[in-house]
Amino acid sequence: MTAVAIDTAEITPRRRMSEERFWAIVLIAPYVLVFALFVVYPVLYGFWLGAGASSFRKLFQDPIFVTTLWNTAIFVLIAVNLKMVVALGLSAFFILEYRWVRWLSVIFIIAWAMPSIPTILSIRWMFNPEWGLINNLLFKWFQIEGPGWLTERHYGLGLAILVHIWKSLPFWTLILLAARLAIPKDLYESADVDGATRWQRFRFISWPAMRAVYMTSVLLSSIWTLGDFNSVYLLTGGGPNDSTQVLATLGVRYLRIDQIDVGMAAVICALPAILPMVFFLMKRLSRTDEQ
Amino acid sequence: MTATRFLERLPLYLVGLAVALWTLLPIYHLLMIALSPPDKAVAGDLFPETVTLQNFVTILGSKHNLVQHFWTQIWNSTLIAVVTALLTLVVGVGANFSISRLRIPGGRLITNIALLTYLIPAAFLAIPMYRTMGQYGFLDNPWSMIFAMVTLAAPYAIWVMNQASAKLPVELDEAARIDGATPLQILRFVYLPLMAPTLVAIGIYALLLAWNEYLYAFLMLSTERQLTLAPALGIFLAFDDAPWALMMAAGALYALPPTIVYYMFRRYMVGGLTAGAVKG
Repeated sequence: MTAVAIDTAEITPRRRMSEERFWAIVLIAPYVLVFALFVVYPVLYGFWLGAGASSFRKLFQDPIFVTTLWNTAIFVLIAVNLKMVVALGLSAFFILEYRWVRWLSVIFIIAWAMPSIPTILSIRWMFNPEWGLINNLLFKWFQIEGPGWLTERHYGLGLAILVHIWKSLPFWTLILLAARLAIPKDLYESADVDGATRWQRFRFISWPAMRAVYMTSVLLSSIWTLGDFNSVYLLTGGGPNDSTQVLATLGVRYLRIDQIDVGMAAVICALPAILPMVFFLMKRLSRTDEQ
Repeated sequence: MTATRFLERLPLYLVGLAVALWTLLPIYHLLMIALSPPDKAVAGDLFPETVTLQNFVTILGSKHNLVQHFWTQIWNSTLIAVVTALLTLVVGVGANFSISRLRIPGGRLITNIALLTYLIPAAFLAIPMYRTMGQYGFLDNPWSMIFAMVTLAAPYAIWVMNQASAKLPVELDEAARIDGATPLQILRFVYLPLMAPTLVAIGIYALLLAWNEYLYAFLMLSTERQLTLAPALGIFLAFDDAPWALMMAAGALYALPPTIVYYMFRRYMVGGLTAGAVKG
């Protein structure tokens, strides 16, 4: 009896290791397969399609391309910064411990919780120049003939920014609220004792504590805003005359007119903007991952 | 409350009012148009003259060309969302258990690759993915959407699960090992019960991602009977004289289930997901 027991005790560790290794490989296999089939292969294939000199020549010669680059820069810069500053301010509002503020925060999140298509279409109809609510009210209340919101480039782009902010503001407010909640309350109490002004409390307590989260959020939000297809496509469709296209919609535009290689070239053009941010974020995020 | 107290708090109330108006106006407008009679939806008034459920009756009875496949499309959306959620969990659990509990060599690299995939916007992967799905023969078939959505959801799942499973004490696994448990038994009896809250959050995340997705569905699905609801709503836009009341009613029906699900699992969503999204 004892001899047998000792026997198995000697064999088991090695057998166990190989058994664990076996299951480790089996269990990781589905993800590796998904990644190889639906990320690695499409990306390599896409590069092969788009990397030709002729597709880039076609892209650069298209007058839409320069407009699109400008639009993308304007869209991302304004949308991200406006959204984050407002979210930072609103996080100071939603931290208040009144019951009505808490209820309001439950309502506030609905823009993020709802799928974006119905609400974007609702806003699109609201701003319809002829029959929409906004121009109708402008005329009824102020006798103003409202502009062609979706048929002029600047209004169209401005509204796309507005729609983007409407949708994602609650998410970033929550993130910054979480950062604000992590600040110890006694810091503010001792600042009050010292007679600090509201600005000083923000400048010397809140901001230093939230700065890292704020910067990470700006980066992450910039990447996601660069990739926002819906806010532009569902609102203006990139029109009028392709004057409101951004990089996220441009590729699809070429795809729809059967120039997938030019579409891929457009996507490749977005990479120099995205990749540095992605690598910087990865460094940050995997550092917190290890902690 | 005294008058001075009220005046003191007035700026707060104004902020609250602005937030409420900003948030609710598009949703109010959506519902108002949805409840207007089909021919009155163009009136552009702040309040409807008459309220009717006629649009909803038309949709649920599939009594209009644009909504004749409404029930099929709901079924497609549901099927794709549920299968995506389940497959994301299978893929995510397998990968996370292998990386964090069985310590597969190269696990760190796989985590980083997953993070990289998660950070690159989906809109930029859509075009090559579309072409590849064509080569695999999945276009205009639910599997194209399911595989695409699993591909998009799995990296985030792995990343969030890695963070959650790092908090599970390794001693539990070791105790189970000493008792002679096989890796699969550890997965079943130690790992899964402890990870349940995270798994719920991930499942809901993948479910909502797939239900809400517009771009991929719009590219990869084409015949009306294969469409999910999201691109089916987009079809309305192709018509100059689109029946907006009908479209808003369909939009409201489409938006209702995911919104309810989101609110039901709000605690999981906020705790499990946003907390992990941006730390320090």
